[in-house]
Amino acid sequence: MKVLVPVKRVVDYNVKVRVKSDQTDVDLANVKMSMNPFDEIAVEEAVRLKEAGTASEIVVVSIGPEKAQEQIRQALAMGGDRGILVTTDVDAESLGVAKLLKAVCDEEKPDMVIMGKQAIDNDQNQTGQMLAALLDWPQGTFASEVAQNGDKLHVTREIDGGLQTVALNLPAVVTTDLRLNEPRYASLPNIMKAKKKEMAQKTPEDYGVDLTPRLSKLKVTDPPKREAGIKVPDVATLVDKLKNEAGVI
Amino acid sequence: MAILIVADHANTELSDSTAKVVTAAGQIGGDVDILIAGENAAAAADAAAKIVGVRKVLHADDAHYGKGLAEPLTELVLSVASDYDAIVAPASTSGKNFMPRVAAKLDVMQISEITAVEAPDTFQRPIYAGNAIATVKSSDAKKVITVRPTSFAAAADGGSASVEKIGNAAFPSISDFVKEELTVSDRPELQGAKIVISGGRALASTENFEKYIYPVADKLGAAIGASRAAVDAGYMPNDYQVGQTGKVVAPELYIACGISGAIQHLAGMKDSKVIVAINKDEEAPIFSVADYGLVADLFEALPELEKAL
Ligand SMILES: Cc1cc2nc3c(=O)[nH]c(=O)nc-3n(C[C@H](O)[C@H](O)[C@H](O)COP(=O)(O)OP(=O)(O)OC[C@H]3O[C@@H](n4cnc5c(N)ncnc54)[C@H](O)[C@@H]3O)c2cc1C
Ligand SMILES: Nc1ncnc2c1ncn2[C@@H]1O[C@H](COP(=O)(O)O)[C@@H](O)[C@H]1O
Repeated sequence: MKVLVPVKRVVDYNVKVRVKSDQTDVDLANVKMSMNPFDEIAVEEAVRLKEAGTASEIVVVSIGPEKAQEQIRQALAMGGDRGILVTTDVDAESLGVAKLLKAVCDEEKPDMVIMGKQAIDNDQNQTGQMLAALLDWPQGTFASEVAQNGDKLHVTREIDGGLQTVALNLPAVVTTDLRLNEPRYASLPNIMKAKKKEMAQKTPEDYGVDLTPRLSKLKVTDPPKREAGIKVPDVATLVDKLKNEAGVI
Repeated sequence: MAILIVADHANTELSDSTAKVVTAAGQIGGDVDILIAGENAAAAADAAAKIVGVRKVLHADDAHYGKGLAEPLTELVLSVASDYDAIVAPASTSGKNFMPRVAAKLDVMQISEITAVEAPDTFQRPIYAGNAIATVKSSDAKKVITVRPTSFAAAADGGSASVEKIGNAAFPSISDFVKEELTVSDRPELQGAKIVISGGRALASTENFEKYIYPVADKLGAAIGASRAAVDAGYMPNDYQVGQTGKVVAPELYIACGISGAIQHLAGMKDSKVIVAINKDEEAPIFSVADYGLVADLFEALPELEKAL
């Protein structure tokens, strides 16, 4: 089966971002950027499916600035076959991204799209579900296990009460949770090989998709600051404080 | 203005988040209806009808809705969507699953996990693991919104809304329920609990959770949580994870034991009223948000704490 993996270039998960003093956004100047961690998990899963003989081809797609090439190259070094970069300077919203991905799916006709459950910059958690809706495909979100079972895809999902397994018709959209797998590091030879893999460059206009945002960011502010409290010397003092000062036990 | 809340429930029981989402909907303003889609879910529908501020409850009962699958639920919500200006659900794993599907079908950009309502079209939501708060204004005619329940107080009980049966939506036959493994526990539910005690990588095993964390939880009537490291290592099930990509909690008292305090963990607990950290490293970042920090070995401190309670 053919697998499509959308990957997003986002701020590295180790960076503690700061709000700009004019409150228009967070400051991303000179900040380390990486592939969204959930997308690395998606790439890894696709590569494992290929290694197992289930997947035949892995196409990696990113929508973003020129520099998102780096993230596509990383995915290709992990085992993706070819890349598509849709360049735009617009900070594309989930709905616009989902429309572009749908257009790519109409062209590429994958049997499965596997992508992150959430991009760790905007924490929206919706693009995969939106893509599934636009394609009228079933969705297996927050996956911790994916297995082909006859002509169905069995997806075990992390839900509030525990785990749920669903059987999906193919084609389907899967979104990854943290425990699906542990992504590999690309080896140096594979990084070299990835440089020669095909990467198509497109624009949103090529697909006829309008990325005009529906949400306008009026301002971005710091969260309420929590002051560090005190250190207590021992358990007895802790219990006393909780009872008599905080009144919570 | 009319607002539809799609409630979380376990058929026989309504989720505590519903009354909190009613408060958020009330702040958006307008008539508030609740949709209960389930299988033998009359009890949940009746409970929803008792929340103050609810105009009516729409109740759809069918085996297809029993497990909350996104595909049939989306069709049901769409079948009534034209009557509403806003569709709202808790930002639970269920809400996060079907609501974006509804939004895309309506050609609307969902506003995910709002923590405050500033105007009927303007909301606050955390971004970057809660390191920043964005105020966003939606230009979509219809709003599709998920709500972080811990950010809103629960609406009171005592109402008597009518319950109306609905259900003429299609059942797309593209997905099926296979099985579920739900965590069974007599302890309070993590997201509604007044006290939460969480363990991290330092606990080192399930047995140590049972031996050191459980007894303190039992004395305090607390729910149990865990860091991602503890969940990934298999010490605790996935639904115990607190954080950016797990559950968000805001109890009266949060006790973090052997948790370093990574930003992704803080994102899920830093709105707790009182935070206690027990960690043997006095430099651990968790102390920067703790009201009371105890620099100690948890394997000594927790048994002592259990005795002192
Ligand atoms: C995309 C992404 C999403 C994530 N989402 C989440 C999330 O939702 N929730 C989450 O929790 N994490 C999340 N993480 C992981 C997060 O970055 C941290 O790795 C994780 O929180 C660390 O868990 P920990 O504090 O238990 O372990 P560690 O960081 O290893 O900390 C263990 C702590 O225990 C202390 N300790 C050791 N022995 C003892 C002892 N005997 N007594 C007392 N203290 C002791 C140590 O001093 C240390 O501070 C996410 C990461 C990524 C990349
Ligand atoms: N600009 C983008 N380019 C490629 N994939 C994206 C983009 N934005 C979001 N995605 C995918 O959608 C997932 C969920 O993102 P979100 O809904 O924004 O939290 C991500 O993990 C990616 O797999």
